[in-house]
Amino acid sequence: MRSLLTQSLLKGPLTEPAPQPDVAALAEVAAALQRTARRRLGRSLSIRAVDAGSCNGCELEMHALNNPIYDIERFGIRFVASPRHADILMVTGPVTKNMQEALERAYHAMPDPKWVVALGDCALDGGMFAGGYACVGGVSAVIPVDLHIRGCPPSPRHILEALLALLKAADSAG
Amino acid sequence: MPTLDDILLAGLIVGGHRPWRRSIVGADVWKFVTQQLAEGKWTLLGFWGEAAAVHMALLDEQRNQVGVVTLECPGGRFPSVAAGHPPAARLERSIRDLFGLIPENAPDDRPWLSHGRWPDQPGNADVADAGIPGGYRFLPVTGEGLHQVAVGPIHAGIIEPGHFRFTANGEAVVRLEERLGYVHKGIESLMAGADLAKAVKLAGRTSGDSTVAYALSFSRAAEAALGLDIPGRAIWLRALMAELERIANHLGDIGAICNDAAFALMLAHCGVLRELVLRAADRCFGHRLMRDCIVPGGVTAELDADGVRELQELVAEIRARFPKLVELYDNTASLQDRTVGTGKLSLELARQHGCGGYIGRASGREFDARFQLPYEPYDRLQAQLRTHVDGDVNARVWIRIWEVQQSLSFIEQILGQMPQGPISSSFESEGEAGREGMAIVEGFRGDILVWLRLTAEGRVDRCHLRDPSWFQWPLLEAAIEGNIIADFPLCNKSFNCSYSGHDL
Repeated sequence: MRSLLTQSLLKGPLTEPAPQPDVAALAEVAAALQRTARRRLGRSLSIRAVDAGSCNGCELEMHALNNPIYDIERFGIRFVASPRHADILMVTGPVTKNMQEALERAYHAMPDPKWVVALGDCALDGGMFAGGYACVGGVSAVIPVDLHIRGCPPSPRHILEALLALLKAADSAG
Repeated sequence: MPTLDDILLAGLIVGGHRPWRRSIVGADVWKFVTQQLAEGKWTLLGFWGEAAAVHMALLDEQRNQVGVVTLECPGGRFPSVAAGHPPAARLERSIRDLFGLIPENAPDDRPWLSHGRWPDQPGNADVADAGIPGGYRFLPVTGEGLHQVAVGPIHAGIIEPGHFRFTANGEAVVRLEERLGYVHKGIESLMAGADLAKAVKLAGRTSGDSTVAYALSFSRAAEAALGLDIPGRAIWLRALMAELERIANHLGDIGAICNDAAFALMLAHCGVLRELVLRAADRCFGHRLMRDCIVPGGVTAELDADGVRELQELVAEIRARFPKLVELYDNTASLQDRTVGTGKLSLELARQHGCGGYIGRASGREFDARFQLPYEPYDRLQAQLRTHVDGDVNARVWIRIWEVQQSLSFIEQILGQMPQGPISSSFESEGEAGREGMAIVEGFRGDILVWLRLTAEGRVDRCHLRDPSWFQWPLLEAAIEGNIIADFPLCNKSFNCSYSGHDL
């Protein structure tokens, strides 16, 4: 273990420089982040992830955000265990009928002000699963959505760009 | 004793079912098959329904025979298989949920995938609304000093949803009961009537971590039904993608298991290696998870000389860095203290359930579809199937470690032997109605079975996708017994069953 740790110290971080905030995302979230956002958030965002029917692809890329290469926590963005600790609900999947109630409960358990990010093409409009007997459709069919991040799944870099746009908008909203 | 082939030949053989036989049998043969399963002579590979029939895919491991038996049930009832062979229980409950066919004398009449929220579906009209645990009849538990802990459907992390009901005595788990179905998307119903191009995309979205394996399994089943041969290069490129997917998942899992034992260093290093694999896949095939790269007829992405070099460098890089992590795992006593002896699964249970993948192999079950039911190009690769006997979390980590090493060797061999030529063949999907195909592919988690029937127009009439998790989830309930609740994440991650693949 010692040699691995020493090597890590000598080599310097693997973490890559921050990407630029996503312009499209910036426009979408700017409106949602007026008012007290800055005071409330500072430069930190707590995210509660809810899989409301995803195939697990989006979750894999969310996990990647935590690896040393993307290291999302350096921006003050962290995934938390409880919706009560969260500023953002990040929802994936076409919202199955079997998950609808759990999603609503998670949303209502969050303190205000709160935002919802719909991650992936399924979360936008149900994606390929739209129209089936078992799915409700996009996340916005169940709870209000402030930011959509497209992709199947969106790459970690893309997710990061969108979240940085959210932070930037929060900064300027103050 | 009749062999599986004898039984199939004695029934009414269905023409156009490839590559294995499908045979329509009577209720007495159906019951005999159930008995063979109960006695452990054959293994249940799959069990699914349609409007007025039920099908069982069977494996005779000793003779390596595979086949499908069908029981027509115009009266809407069939003799319960679970009554004699418990591993069939959840599949049978799902057949009832999705098609309204009633298993007679079934040991468990509760719904499984249905939470009572699709009132228009057959079999669902009378299911009480049980969406959130509380409406569902969990098994009764009696005893002194027992308490229950309810977890989920939303878990404390970036995890798929499912509900776990623990009954504990102090810290020790005396029973775990799973409640799944939360991410049921109705994939099989969405496939009905879809053309092959759309259907393979749906298959590739059944379980995101196995998108290659699912697309491969679906495509092979479709090609079997069409009687279609694909170019040699496509076969090898498919295997290349499948092995990259396997390595990426195993690396992620090894790190995550160690992280659940509070050893974050492994997660960090394995996460970096996993990222290298995904980036290489992105550059070579245009998608980090290689989604939609495999289609009936071949593959959609060609590998150029730069790609070959990239993958060779990737193999070299992982070979240089991975052994140090393996050594770290092996020599960290505090980590071993958590993984050794934890979450033991017996070989008997693994065999009874036909449990595949690293879970089965970690308990000593020698089954890997790449070798037992070989498909190209694995019959031309040097390989060594390794199993472990301990059946604990540690054994499941070691199987993954060996499989990473094995897959690195596969990638090297594939790059060395891959023929030149076209990467897909064009085909007409129209033809006779009732063409059927089945394929079994070894995904990283275990064997994925896809069965389908095509219409005359070449669309999907009925397709069934069976995730390996169907025969693994129930065993997690067994493996956790007697362990402390705090070790559940560790056990769960070492199984890493799919929620989406199971719920469909």
